[in-house]
Amino acid sequence: MTPFLVSDKWYDIRDLGNLSRALLDAADKILPGGVVYVLAALIGFVASFLLFVLPSQLIIGVYGERRIIGRMQSRLGPNRVGPFGLLQPIADAIKLIQKEALTPTQADRVVMYIAPIIFVMPAVLLWAVIPFGENMVIADIPVSLMYFLAVSALPVIATFMAGWSSNNKYSLFGAMRIVSMAISYESPLVLALLGAVVMSGTISLSGMVAWADQYTIWMVFVQPLALVIYFICVSAELNRTPVDIAEAESEIVAGYLTEYSGMKWGLFYGMDIGYALAASGFAATVFLGGWTLFGLEKWVPGWMIFIGKTHLFYFLFIWTRGTLPRLRADQLMAFAWKFLLPLGVFNLLIVSTERMLWAEQDYAKGLIYVFALVNIVLSVGLVYAWARFNGYRPERTPTRPRLVKQAGGYIPVGERP
Amino acid sequence: MTPGIEHFLTVGALLFCLGLAIALSKRNAVGVLMGVELMLNAVNLTLITFSRFTVSPNPIAGHTFVVFVLTVAAAEAAVALALAVAVYRNRETIDVDRLNLLRS
Amino acid sequence: MDGFGVSLAFWVLAAITLVAAGGVMVSRNLLHAVLFLILTFVGVAGFFVLLSADFIAMAQVIIYVGAIAVLVLFAVLLTPRASRDNGETRWALPGMLLAVCLAAIFLFVIHDTAWKTRDGVPQGLSASDLGTALLTTWVVPFEIASVLLTAALVGAIMLTRSPEEEAEDALA
Repeated sequence: MTPFLVSDKWYDIRDLGNLSRALLDAADKILPGGVVYVLAALIGFVASFLLFVLPSQLIIGVYGERRIIGRMQSRLGPNRVGPFGLLQPIADAIKLIQKEALTPTQADRVVMYIAPIIFVMPAVLLWAVIPFGENMVIADIPVSLMYFLAVSALPVIATFMAGWSSNNKYSLFGAMRIVSMAISYESPLVLALLGAVVMSGTISLSGMVAWADQYTIWMVFVQPLALVIYFICVSAELNRTPVDIAEAESEIVAGYLTEYSGMKWGLFYGMDIGYALAASGFAATVFLGGWTLFGLEKWVPGWMIFIGKTHLFYFLFIWTRGTLPRLRADQLMAFAWKFLLPLGVFNLLIVSTERMLWAEQDYAKGLIYVFALVNIVLSVGLVYAWARFNGYRPERTPTRPRLVKQAGGYIPVGERP
Repeated sequence: MTPGIEHFLTVGALLFCLGLAIALSKRNAVGVLMGVELMLNAVNLTLITFSRFTVSPNPIAGHTFVVFVLTVAAAEAAVALALAVAVYRNRETIDVDRLNLLRS
Repeated sequence: MDGFGVSLAFWVLAAITLVAAGGVMVSRNLLHAVLFLILTFVGVAGFFVLLSADFIAMAQVIIYVGAIAVLVLFAVLLTPRASRDNGETRWALPGMLLAVCLAAIFLFVIHDTAWKTRDGVPQGLSASDLGTALLTTWVVPFEIASVLLTAALVGAIMLTRSPEEEAEDALA
């Protein structure tokens, strides 16, 4: 990858590190030693809040999600607090903070107290390895994809603690469901990501962005099936609505959140959005080319492109949440083991073969487009064939709604023969 | 004090002995399993320590050994917990003191 | 391996790991013991990072915290409340005595040996080196490990099948 950051002037906002470096250098000259570290932390906090947390977590995550789902369900959504209802997240937060955080008498107090705290920590830690721009990554470790998977295994424990410590049977149901879902959907998720790893030959997220830039193609075109599997698995692990059986309010009150109230519940709610955003950012990095956009990143700041892609992927979460009905627990479990896992294995087989062929051709750049075409066709065919093999017969289930009359049911009195 | 090989080995040894004590003294079969997992972890820590500190032509051998230990630990945990569930189903207890059918 | 940060990280990690392992020993509730066990796993993963074994550290968290700890939680919750205490057997005292003796021997050996150590981090410990080693020198154990995992998977499923399910399969 050719370095495109031609200048290191402070006004070059394509790399925000320039600006912060200039600020901190200036501050170091006038302030006593050591204070500059505190200042750096403060600048980082304020900048990340203004650039990412405020637009993504609060406006897109809380407000935008409710507005878009409202439009999808033919209603308005929040529109009372502030202009267009934009201050709704703040009003919600104030309401949650002044509510009392109840603890049941029979609950395990310590575990119930620390569960939301443990739930928040990984959501912040996940962002450490995601590259926002060329040099804008906190920890550019060589195993960052593994790091992401490892850290995203921690919130499961926190939700289990929350569900078990409440000493409520619905909480325990929710906790058991989330644990079984996590352990079932982890394997297809890792298999799908393994496809992307085999194709790009690296487990570093920066390396994946560099791969997408070098071959001028996004991973999603080479590995469409991997993205589909990743999306389904991640929605299942994050409890997004089509698959949120762990907090299904029509079955088990609110799952592991039943006994939580006030800001403890607020932490779970807010960090659910945080995890979905982190998963979107991860998908944008691995599958959508991260902060590169076919040369446009020379002119537009890379972090803007990255945040845009993250929001684009997050819109998929909102979309599925607004349109699809919830599945049953056993259906989801069967789907993971009978459908996604074999597809992941097939995908891995295909991608390994292609990688071998590609290595024999000295990694010719043109071949990757052939692979992309082949893979898209193969993915569609594979999904269709495997669905039919598992007994899915679309011709037997009518896709268009029919009148009862046409189906041979109720016939009005006047039309009866 | 800068941590050297002795410090890491000490932690590994203490962890191993704690795991041994747990495995030998717990009444619950799942507790025994947790002790075994702790012992495996301590061994992994010791292997990685040697791989990092000692003079050897290919230090990666220690890492490969740890990968195999991780694999075997996962398999062992799955089978042991399945055994615990099966034993509970037949005997209504997983208290290792009361699993004494073979006593004459 | 020097610098204040490394020393601090070592002592903090050592404290967390050993205290959490002690917590597994002393906590009366089996679920609390499992949570302490998870903390121990994370602490050991921190040690792996400190010993520049990045890949192993991440694999440790994924496998132990993400899979084994979850399995243990499952096993605890599938057995009823009555057997969820974490008490000791009658053989607790000899066992602990044995562990203490072993610890004494270990500590004596560790501190009495003149270890021949290298200076600086050895080269060739990256994830790609590990992958190359696993698929060239150690490929036979690697394949055997995969067979072992499959066997364990099938065996665990066979062990936990309930008699009703077996009867259903016999009819089918």
